[in-house]
Amino acid sequence: MKKIISAFLILALAPALSLAAGPSVPLDKADIDLHDKDSLRNGARLFVNYCLSCHSAAYMRYNRMGQDLGLTDAQVKENLMFAAEKVGETMTIAMPANDAKAWFGTKVPDLTVVARARGADWLYSYLRGFYLDDSRPWGVNNTVFKDVGMPHVLWELEGLRKPIYETRKDHEGNDVKHIVGFEEVVPGKLSRAEYDQAVRDLVNFMVYMGEPAKLKRYTIGVWVLLYLALLFVVAYALKREYWKDIH
Amino acid sequence: MSKSQDFMAWIDARFPLTKMWEEHLSKYYAPRNFNFWYFFGSLALLVLVIQIVSGIFLTMNYKPDAELAFASVEYIMRDVNGGWIIRYMHSTGASAFFVVVYLHMFRGLMYGSYKQPRELVWIFGMLIYLALMAEAFMGYLLPWGQMSYWGAQVIVNLFGAIPVIGEDLSIWIRGDYVISDATLNRFFAFHVIAVPLVLLGLVVAHIIALHEVGSNNPDGVEIKKNKGPDGIPLDGIPFHPYYSVKDIVGVVVFLMFFAAVMFFYPEMGGYFIEHANFVPADPLKTPEHIAPVWYFTPFYTMLRAVPDPFLGVIAMGAGVVILFFLPWLDKNPIKSWRYRSALHKINLLFFAAVFVYLGYLGVKPPEPVLAEMGLRFSEVYFLFFFVIWFHSQRRPVAFAVTSLVVLIGLYSIYDVVRLNEANQALVLTSWLIPSLYLAFMLLGTYTNLNQEKPVPERVTS
Repeated sequence: MKKIISAFLILALAPALSLAAGPSVPLDKADIDLHDKDSLRNGARLFVNYCLSCHSAAYMRYNRMGQDLGLTDAQVKENLMFAAEKVGETMTIAMPANDAKAWFGTKVPDLTVVARARGADWLYSYLRGFYLDDSRPWGVNNTVFKDVGMPHVLWELEGLRKPIYETRKDHEGNDVKHIVGFEEVVPGKLSRAEYDQAVRDLVNFMVYMGEPAKLKRYTIGVWVLLYLALLFVVAYALKREYWKDIH
Repeated sequence: MSKSQDFMAWIDARFPLTKMWEEHLSKYYAPRNFNFWYFFGSLALLVLVIQIVSGIFLTMNYKPDAELAFASVEYIMRDVNGGWIIRYMHSTGASAFFVVVYLHMFRGLMYGSYKQPRELVWIFGMLIYLALMAEAFMGYLLPWGQMSYWGAQVIVNLFGAIPVIGEDLSIWIRGDYVISDATLNRFFAFHVIAVPLVLLGLVVAHIIALHEVGSNNPDGVEIKKNKGPDGIPLDGIPFHPYYSVKDIVGVVVFLMFFAAVMFFYPEMGGYFIEHANFVPADPLKTPEHIAPVWYFTPFYTMLRAVPDPFLGVIAMGAGVVILFFLPWLDKNPIKSWRYRSALHKINLLFFAAVFVYLGYLGVKPPEPVLAEMGLRFSEVYFLFFFVIWFHSQRRPVAFAVTSLVVLIGLYSIYDVVRLNEANQALVLTSWLIPSLYLAFMLLGTYTNLNQEKPVPERVTS
């Protein structure tokens, strides 16, 4: 009977394990490290410089970021705060929503919790997926987010690249253009590896920003589990003591 | 008399405190042979308390307003001290509630706990399950993310499928033509006060009914039939202290799992908190794939298995309602599956597996093969209730064969109607799933698999 039950439990859990819904585009691993404060600080710098002019992060406060990243309020004010008066404010922007709609053809989403909606790997691949495409209003397209409304704001760092196409037949016999590689057109300030690292830092920061509690959640969790383990020993001993006269 | 005895006497003369304590705890005699499966009742009570307490604290900072709701949840996650712990407690608790309740219900199936004289215990339990589904559904709207919004939109639209009154009914539920601020506000009211009141009342009724008839046990033996000279069941032990101390162990183990999820996997890979729910609700943008939260998905699969929307709603509703009738379907006098046939055990295990699989299908997009599986296993789900009735007693072979032919005929009519060149391979192969199940379960009763064992006089171990 025990065997049947355990086999049943394994069967019951199997779908849950295989369920992680696969994205339609293969993504690169972001491989971030939330304990790396330097990476988080660099990510914060990139975020406020490149993202925060159009995107808001309206649930994130400057001083909370400072505290979590090991920066004083003065340092935050000096280096990371361009659009706000007080460190207690959240990361809002001045761009009116209607202008954004006119310029980019879409609402510009708030980025506070975008990492929780999209996932780190998606952001990492997306920010490294821009390529030249004359048919698009901003001259660039993206391998992960086709026909995205966003321009390639990090182009100075990455440079610009043009796709190499290969024409293949799909299963209905139509010609479909596939991107098989890229060719650098304008070199960026950073090498390929440096750019990947910069994006990794930025994504690292965005994951932190999506859930600041993540920095301490695991540590607290370990203590809670240790406490419960101790409580288990006591509770089990108590139960044994009482049940002596039953069995 | 000591001071404290004086005090208790004073109370007892005015309120039956000692009487209630004895009736429900210190002199409530529970069978001595409870096993692992008997933890889930007290655990369900624990989760209810966790949900109420964490819910109260969430209400202190949450704003039931379409403009503010999403931001207020993030405010709780960031700016409220310990807010993230409270929120994860509540979101994990919602899923934990269903895990515990599903296991609790399966325990009832295994040991026949719904059978005479415990029919009302089962009915109250089923009503709790219904209230819990309403509670979870309305609570899920409150974070006002995309899945909150579109999940609610899909479910409320189902009422629109009811002929004649449907459209008006769904407008009446929403308070608007789409899910909107009005809906959010009323769902908040239902979630924090109306449904919890009903739930608490039903839980009290469930426990009072249980304590009136006494607990069942893994042997399905009525312990009240064997009483000692003092009138106490020979196989009974006082709930307190024996099961109170035992349940504490269960509680601690459960809390370890609970904390592991809360602190390490609060989103549970997108099943406890869906990823798309981190995008604020947008009435103009339908998400690519709308999936209800995991605990509703078995019934969602039944809904999708039927092409006609109204009949789909009927199927989904029937999937829940039919569970109410279990005490009158399974009339086999043997309660526990320990002494019932191997065939019955296989039937129950298969039913549980089918339920899990239907849940799995409900989160998947309905691609042809998966949609077909959804239909076939929904058929198996409903056939189970016929089978459990059929297994209540010995039936003539002729009756088995006739039922087999009639039932297979019933769903095969639909297969004939929908058969075309594109789907014939799939339809004909998958036809074997319910048909083989039914044939095995009905004809199997004439083999050794139908051997039942004698039920002992007293509980074992």
